[in-house]
Amino acid sequence: MTTTKKQLHRIDLIFKNEQDCKEILRNALARSNQEVINEMVNSGLKGRGGAGFPTGLKWKLTAEQKVDEKFVICNADEGEPGTFKDREILTRVPHKVLSGMAVCAKIIGARKGYIYLRGEYKFLVPNLKKELRRFHDILDELGLDFRVEIFMGSGAYICGEESALFESMEGKRGEPRNKPPFPTEIGYMDKPTVINNVETLAHSYTILKYGAKKFRELGVKDSRGSKVFSVSGDTPIPGIYELELGMSVQDFVDDFGDGDTKAVQVGGASGFLVPRKRFGKTSIGYQGKLTGISLPTGGSMMIFNSSRSMYNVLNNYLDFFEEESCGQCTPCRVGCQQLLKGIKAVKRGEKPASYLDQLLKLTDTMKLTAKCGLGQSVANSFSSIVENFREEMIY
Amino acid sequence: MDFQEKLVHDLVAKHGTDRENLLPILQGVIDQERYLSEEAILKIAKEMSIPAADVYGTATFYSFLDTDPRGKYVIRVCKTITCAMKGKNQIIQAIESFLKIKVGETTVDKKFTILQTNCLGWCHKAPAMLVNDDVYTELTPESVVDILREYREEN
Repeated sequence: MTTTKKQLHRIDLIFKNEQDCKEILRNALARSNQEVINEMVNSGLKGRGGAGFPTGLKWKLTAEQKVDEKFVICNADEGEPGTFKDREILTRVPHKVLSGMAVCAKIIGARKGYIYLRGEYKFLVPNLKKELRRFHDILDELGLDFRVEIFMGSGAYICGEESALFESMEGKRGEPRNKPPFPTEIGYMDKPTVINNVETLAHSYTILKYGAKKFRELGVKDSRGSKVFSVSGDTPIPGIYELELGMSVQDFVDDFGDGDTKAVQVGGASGFLVPRKRFGKTSIGYQGKLTGISLPTGGSMMIFNSSRSMYNVLNNYLDFFEEESCGQCTPCRVGCQQLLKGIKAVKRGEKPASYLDQLLKLTDTMKLTAKCGLGQSVANSFSSIVENFREEMIY
Repeated sequence: MDFQEKLVHDLVAKHGTDRENLLPILQGVIDQERYLSEEAILKIAKEMSIPAADVYGTATFYSFLDTDPRGKYVIRVCKTITCAMKGKNQIIQAIESFLKIKVGETTVDKKFTILQTNCLGWCHKAPAMLVNDDVYTELTPESVVDILREYREEN
């Protein structure tokens, strides 16, 4: 007997070939700032880089700042392991991202915007520049005083953290700042700055075109709209998929797994590992689902089948964090080193299995005391792997 | 004015002496010389009137702003989880035995350097590598050798 698999609903909004950005912009620019902000707030759009801050509110808070100079920055420093959707968006629909930036600029009162592009994506630059020239002509035609430049990163994961990104653009080491103050008040060059993920900006184009109501029809409760997922690992169909928020991990695995899925890493190395027994109870979105756990994500979905050693997976993540930690604060710098050393020692039998519990305490400390999201989120993958696959860490 | 002096001078003239132009200037030197020598760092510091320690401190933060000599072609093989699962080690072995150097080393003719790097964002087409700015995906031990042979045999 064959069971029919429920196929997740594929959405086609972001990548839809729409060349009407001049019209969308003309309409959006003709509306009052308040009206556009309301539309964005009502859409329920939350930041698609992974943190999930409400986009409309971010624009509103920055618009309220009484400062002459402000900036709009598109965060294209896509470095989370397992994430590659922003590159696809910038390749296929860059005009939607630029339109989102331009509307945001008009609302907050910015004349300058930047795309902070990771160094690994330098090959995108010639096409993006061509697109920028075309877009600037449209802006001139519509009479909007706004220019976008590309700023290249140089191979540092931490620069995807917004305040580290500002430091990097200011010509310094990409070391995160203390928060508050938040970028809406003090961002790039200490000016109020809206910094949005590539996908967030592309969604704002969809919202401006189809309206908040249509966007809200997708998703569940606090997780509205669609999301672009980067699917990789042990799957017969790796790639980029736009899906509705709110799906359960079980539905996702039924659709994308290879029939032998042991665990799914949601949100990249800084996210959570969901073991098989929790597939049904875990959904993808922001908090506020009625039952079970809901995991936010930048869209990285890495699938592991039963041939994979979870020890190797964790070792690989910790190796990544240990290298990418900026080294500024002790909990993260030393914490990452000790976690990596620690799991190796347990595996080799140099430390007892109970040492894992000490390491778990260390991740609690890092969660509390690390200066930025990198150090704080190491605990996510560490605890979800060690707690669910403890035997694999030891034997 | 030697080549490097002119390079730094032109880059600073193009971008400006303000600190926020430091990264594009460092990247400009890397494009030409593949690494930031001590001399280049001192010249940038002088032209921009900022302490050489600041220039060095900034450069060493970024994995693409190398301060060790590199070959004309820098090979960066992704070592993050999906590439590791899909055979990154075999790719490295194939490159090492073809070029007869180890990861971290540069060939005697200064043509190639092999490095490993963190997630390149091609997990759906793993394993992946960069050769300077060019991307190669879904590598096999055979295809990677074919790719590098073309680089080796050019001009």
